Amino acid sequence: MSEKEVKNLEEIFEARIARDEKIEPKDWMPEKYRQTHIRQMSQHAHSEIIGMLPEGNWITRAPSLRRKAALLAKVQDEAGHGLYLYSACETLGISRDELYEQLHSGKAKYSSIFNYPTITWADMGAIGWLVDGAAIINQVPLCNTSFGPYARAMVRVCKEESFHQRQGFEIMLTLCRGTEEQKAMAQDALNRWWWPSLMMLGPTDAESIHTEQSMKWKLKRKSNDELRQQFIDQTVPQADLLGIKVPDPDLKWNEETGHYDFGEIDWDEFWQVVKGHGPCNKERMNARVSAWNNGEWVRDAAMAYAEKNEKRKVAKAS
Amino acid sequence: MSEKKNWPLWEIFVRSKNGLEHRHFGSLHAADAEMAMENARDVYTRRNEGVSIWVVESKNITASNPEHNGEMFEPAQDKIYRHPTFYDLPDEVKHM
Repeated sequence: MSEKEVKNLEEIFEARIARDEKIEPKDWMPEKYRQTHIRQMSQHAHSEIIGMLPEGNWITRAPSLRRKAALLAKVQDEAGHGLYLYSACETLGISRDELYEQLHSGKAKYSSIFNYPTITWADMGAIGWLVDGAAIINQVPLCNTSFGPYARAMVRVCKEESFHQRQGFEIMLTLCRGTEEQKAMAQDALNRWWWPSLMMLGPTDAESIHTEQSMKWKLKRKSNDELRQQFIDQTVPQADLLGIKVPDPDLKWNEETGHYDFGEIDWDEFWQVVKGHGPCNKERMNARVSAWNNGEWVRDAAMAYAEKNEKRKVAKAS
Repeated sequence: MSEKKNWPLWEIFVRSKNGLEHRHFGSLHAADAEMAMENARDVYTRRNEGVSIWVVESKNITASNPEHNGEMFEPAQDKIYRHPTFYDLPDEVKHM
């Protein structure tokens, strides 16, 4: 294809997106659109899969059967969400094996929040309330993104995600209405998860290298800073309701702007974690890679069994 | 990366309730149809989303090529006489 033809196709493509038309996998698309989507969707899928690990830590130690059933269901949902997203990503011509390979080699990233440890039961509450809360804010606008398979996967994810946040908040509420010690556990979890949750919404707009292009392709509808403000504005009153304190001395309601002002985020910490130096980066990757490697014989056996059965069926028919 | 055979891809169709058609829900990898069915149940119907599931190996689907959408679908565009509104009738005619 000549340069002129490509340019022409690109113009038609951008116009379609501007008209809010959806792009489907077999439609012509600029290579950069394909690559950007593979990067973002796979990163999203990896986050769901790695996100199971910090919570999986507490399934066997949940304080009651009710909590255990809920946590199991939540972790199972996350596996499902990862799967919807991997499948959507594969429609762009990359294989599941390649996607896993990118995760395992460290080439692809996942959300930095999952590199923090879950040291008490209250962390299950804080993760559901804050981490899933921030995730929902990120994900709801994606239900309208331009790439059809991604948008459809996100509709399903968002439908399922709201139970995650509610179960987390309920855990926090129960702890906060409990003994002094239980309330202190809830406060401690908020102290540890608040700032990482704010970081989860991504670097500030000035630092975010992908924002402009992503806005154009409707991969993003609001900037990181707008999403972060929305998260803070909706979460602070919930902390008040719980009777625990957000660990930010600069946090203050601003009558003029109608938003909360908040303190400086420690972006050095964020970049350290992204670069692999968070408290649990190695542990998470080890858990993931060994699960994949140790499961290899099971996958091979299933394939061998399927092939044997197929041959038997053919032999019977002939 | 290994060269060995990976689990193939399956397309999943779910009837959400009797009276409705099966609709495409998504896809997944599985070694065979039986496993595809079990996985489809776990992945796509965890909240009573379905009463019936079809699984079809993706390679068995023949899809139209969007690059040929012109010759494929445009011929229908100028055949407005296939629509009831093409025909002028006096207002007095009822129930038609």
